[in-house]
Amino acid sequence: MSGHQHGAPAASTPDAGSSTARLLITLAFFGSLAGAVLAYTYQKTLTPIRKFAGEKVEIAVKEVLGSPARLDTLFLVGDTLSRTVPAGVDKLEATKVFIAFNDKGERTGVAVEEAAPGFANEVRLMVGFNPATRALTGFKVLAQSETPGLGDKIQKDSSFVARFVGKLVNPLKGDKNPTTDPSTVQTITGATITSKAVIKVINKAVDTWKPRLDAFAKEGGQ
Amino acid sequence: MTTEALTTAAAAEPIVPGAPPPQPLWLDFWRGIADDNPVMIQMLGLCPAMAISNQLANGLGMGAATIFVLVCSSLLISMLRSVIPNEVRLATYILIIATFVTISDLVMQAYFPLLSKTLGPFVPLIVVNCIILGRAEAFAGKVKPARAAADAFGMGIGFTLALCTISAFREVVGSGMLLGYSIFGPNYEPWVFMIMPPGGFLTMGLMFLVMGWWGERKKAKRAEVHA
Repeated sequence: MSGHQHGAPAASTPDAGSSTARLLITLAFFGSLAGAVLAYTYQKTLTPIRKFAGEKVEIAVKEVLGSPARLDTLFLVGDTLSRTVPAGVDKLEATKVFIAFNDKGERTGVAVEEAAPGFANEVRLMVGFNPATRALTGFKVLAQSETPGLGDKIQKDSSFVARFVGKLVNPLKGDKNPTTDPSTVQTITGATITSKAVIKVINKAVDTWKPRLDAFAKEGGQ
Repeated sequence: MTTEALTTAAAAEPIVPGAPPPQPLWLDFWRGIADDNPVMIQMLGLCPAMAISNQLANGLGMGAATIFVLVCSSLLISMLRSVIPNEVRLATYILIIATFVTISDLVMQAYFPLLSKTLGPFVPLIVVNCIILGRAEAFAGKVKPARAAADAFGMGIGFTLALCTISAFREVVGSGMLLGYSIFGPNYEPWVFMIMPPGGFLTMGLMFLVMGWWGERKKAKRAEVHA
């Protein structure tokens, strides 16, 4: 390096420096190459990524409704429900409600997606309930980023999830002590806020979706 | 050195200031695992090592993604080292690294969706992992592709080993499980603290303590032999 006044390495540039044009061409070339490679990868991975998103919802629906004999899907258009996908909306992105029927054709429960702020971030659940009795059939966490070891018990502790089954949402309340009240569930020690968030999501789901489902039933749909 | 001599030398093998001295390939590979481990010795890449190391599965996934990005980008950078103008080398390196990171992120989302979800933003953040740009600038940009790949692979394995050690310890102590299988049985009360961020700091501190003690002991033994 002794012969050089600047510390610049002379790797591939024996002359004082590269011309601006060469720098521009290099960056433009690598930029467009990277863009092309990424566009290809994106296209190749899009199908499996979306397939997984669909499967995840399907698994959650089956889990909160038990395996029903028949499962209908309704789509939300404005504030009313419809059997067809609204125009211009992607089927996967549209807001949906899943309706379960037993083999006699009676409605046994519905599953909806709802979310509310938790302790760290949004808690997103698939909530299953029977709109006729307001009884919960179960819930499944779709997304959460609560404290590992405490708040994430809403997802990992199956006994917490089991506490909700059969509870009546009119509305649902939380208590830190064990309870036999039909509308109260015991919260998780050390994760009161997260437990309350789950309860809030469930109340919100029933309050928002029951009127819509009732309106749909009144118009002759089931 | 005259310009003429420089040009001739450049034609044969470019003279790169600060290029690492020649050594066998296996030494290039071994350096990253032991003597120059990126996490334990160089103290690089501590952010992912701390943030995702509460489960062994995360350590393995993160390690695999980092090895992929490190090896591919080092190899490509080394092959292109005479094409990339010196003035824009860092921009080009980052562009190459970011491309591989995005590929690995998309592939993980598509084929390992659950792992990709738990690793969250830390896969895209491999772009700013200083191990990768560090190896590109200090090593790959100055040596032939074979050496660059050996070095990158060693560094990647070293990073993965460090990550797996930390995450296995934290998972076992913090949740009583390893890779989701119960180790201590149902009566073990998990030390939840260990899978939360403070547990990461504690584990890492303990590990550096052990590494430091080991390094000092090695040095003392060497001194004894020479005396």
